[in-house]
Amino acid sequence: MTDTIDTSLSIPKNTSEIVHQGLKKRYAAEKRFRRYGVVAVCVALLGLVVLFSSILTKGYTAFYQTNIQLDITFDESVIDPKGTRKTKDLSSADYAALLKKAMRTQFPEVKTRRDKKKLYNLVSSTAVFALRAKTMADPSIIGQTHSLWLTASDDVDMLIKGHIPRELPENERRISNKEISWVDQLIEAGSLEKQFNRQFFSAGDSREPEAAGIKGAIIGSFYTLLVTLLLTFPTSVAAAIYLEEFAPKNRWTAMIEVNINNLAAVPSIVFGLLGLAIFLNVMHLPRSAPIVGGLVLALMTLPTIIIASRAALKSVPPSIRAAALGLGATRMQTVFHHVLPLAMPGIMTGTIIGMAQALGETAPLLMIGMVAFIVDVPGGPTDPSTVLPVQIFLWADAPERAFVERTSAAILVLLGFLVSMNALAIFLRKKFERHW
Amino acid sequence: MNTIFIILALVAFSIPAIVSYRWRHSIRLVANPKVELFVRVLLILSSLIAVITTVGIVLSLLFESIRFFNLVSPLEFLTSTVWSPQTALRGDQVGGSGVFGSLPLLAGTMLISAIAMTVAVPVGLFAAIYLAEYATPRFRNWAKPALEILAGVPTVVYGFFAALTVAPILRETGTVLGLDIASESALAAGSVMGIMIIPFVSSLSDDVIRAVPRSLRDASLGLGATQSETIRQVVLPAALPGIVSAVLLAASRAIGETMIVVMAAGLAAKLTANPLEAVTTVTVQIVTLLVGDQEFDSAKTLAAFALGLLLFCVTLTLNFIAFKVVQRYREQYD
Repeated sequence: MTDTIDTSLSIPKNTSEIVHQGLKKRYAAEKRFRRYGVVAVCVALLGLVVLFSSILTKGYTAFYQTNIQLDITFDESVIDPKGTRKTKDLSSADYAALLKKAMRTQFPEVKTRRDKKKLYNLVSSTAVFALRAKTMADPSIIGQTHSLWLTASDDVDMLIKGHIPRELPENERRISNKEISWVDQLIEAGSLEKQFNRQFFSAGDSREPEAAGIKGAIIGSFYTLLVTLLLTFPTSVAAAIYLEEFAPKNRWTAMIEVNINNLAAVPSIVFGLLGLAIFLNVMHLPRSAPIVGGLVLALMTLPTIIIASRAALKSVPPSIRAAALGLGATRMQTVFHHVLPLAMPGIMTGTIIGMAQALGETAPLLMIGMVAFIVDVPGGPTDPSTVLPVQIFLWADAPERAFVERTSAAILVLLGFLVSMNALAIFLRKKFERHW
Repeated sequence: MNTIFIILALVAFSIPAIVSYRWRHSIRLVANPKVELFVRVLLILSSLIAVITTVGIVLSLLFESIRFFNLVSPLEFLTSTVWSPQTALRGDQVGGSGVFGSLPLLAGTMLISAIAMTVAVPVGLFAAIYLAEYATPRFRNWAKPALEILAGVPTVVYGFFAALTVAPILRETGTVLGLDIASESALAAGSVMGIMIIPFVSSLSDDVIRAVPRSLRDASLGLGATQSETIRQVVLPAALPGIVSAVLLAASRAIGETMIVVMAAGLAAKLTANPLEAVTTVTVQIVTLLVGDQEFDSAKTLAAFALGLLLFCVTLTLNFIAFKVVQRYREQYD
């Protein structure tokens, strides 16, 4: 008996034993493989988290701006010595003198010329425009003394926000010990505060970071997208209807389809080259204008919306068409009275996603000159303007430290718009989703 | 001009409302053949706009490139290893040699794209496998859209992230390790671009992996293969054409990507395979040549169109190959 057991152990094993011997290794391989997958998903999500958190931590401070409170005396002898109160005289008056005088009264101990100059620089060089605007809006202010909050310079702002560390040696700081002591005095007196940065949302671009805002870029983006939507929505829906509902299945139609798919994969910068060569150099449309930007982006989003609209049209069941045709409707009536309204939610979703893509696009707009430095808020689609992503690109290039937080804040605003557009698309899809 | 536009916009928005109101409330539903023909012609014209756009792109690129090749020989453009587009404005100026060799630009583009692909392909592919084969439906339902957010973030945001967050970190790590990493290194631009194109690989791969029929998996599992063996030996080979085409499309996206490289890659054209050095790309040069003041007949501005043509051809070829791979090797299971 024992003999037979012995031989059975030594002779070639049966299949199940071979399998059992390798099993441990195979299970380990299984575990490893699965772990790779988890790691991959985590790496991708980590990238997302790091991206968002780095921009958020850099950018949230820009929503607050350091302001300095000063008692400004609107001295008639400085603003309007002749007493004419004419717009011309008021707009050319020396408002900087008012500011300097207020600063001198606040800090009577500062005597030398160089120190005074530094002292005046605590307040932004754009504060004079605020004073001018205030006087011109209400000339009766002349002769009175008002306590006003004025924008501090970007160096002071960066110091308060901790982007210029106080521990740095003086010669490596953009702001000297003396200036810091004045800032500390202002803080003690309660006349230096971080306040909500209204200017960021109400001003156009500026060379001074503390006065730069994104209103111009937002309005520019709005006009650009408006032009894009007006051009691309009707044409792409019409193209989708033709291809899905009417086009005969032949080589010509197949060619159009291949063409649309290829167009969707063309790099966006090539569309910019097209815009430059045709819209600017041949058709002589205005440079830097939303109307050209809108045209270029319309061509770019066309394939996206056509593909989405076709999918939406395809999802409408044939029974709807058969019913309409059976009741005597023509094919055109069937499509426009029945199929299109039922496909509309899907088409809208696709359009919103296409618009979101257009809103974030930068490269083709650089080609058609939307990178110019434009201070004024555009009044229409033919005015020179810039758009939000291009503004981000421009600010990212600016050397001042204060522009880093502005850029990040502008990115946060842009992402905010994109998130709400996509949320709207998801909402529409969920609300009108139909299972036939 | 602006008021005219606003009026036009208002009219354009109100037409669909009026038309749909009339349709819903009219009793006379008899079709008018003339109107139908007219609408049909409009529909056909709209579908032709895509074709016209392609023709416009090809013609404008070709036309300007031909003007460029009248000034610079195509041989120099395709074979010279020097790129220095500064042409002299006057004859007596020095320094402006104006050599237009696209090779260093192509090499830079390839280097950065290769870095991006080494990040995106393994991560995207494994993420797709995990989401399609292992993940619970609940995890999948939020992880897949979360990954797709990566593709929806504007590229200018990635450019800012690469230039102001990733590049300084890389440079500091380099100093600690004793490596000399350029502040505009190919590595910074490439790795951030890789993160951006992860969803292009993962979403498409996920779709094709899920399209492999259940019965193939069941057969393999029934023979005793583990899940990972099934995936490696049955599912992936079946899904390979789709995965290859996803990778090719992602590569074409990386080659045509502009903002990340404009903001985070260098300007100097260099022939190097060292990812720690600064290289420049085709798209960066197009932007630098065309942004700012330009005279429209100089070789310098026309060179941008020749580069554009090159870019268009390369991406089109990649897309075409991707399309052919799917068409030729796709298995039909039904």
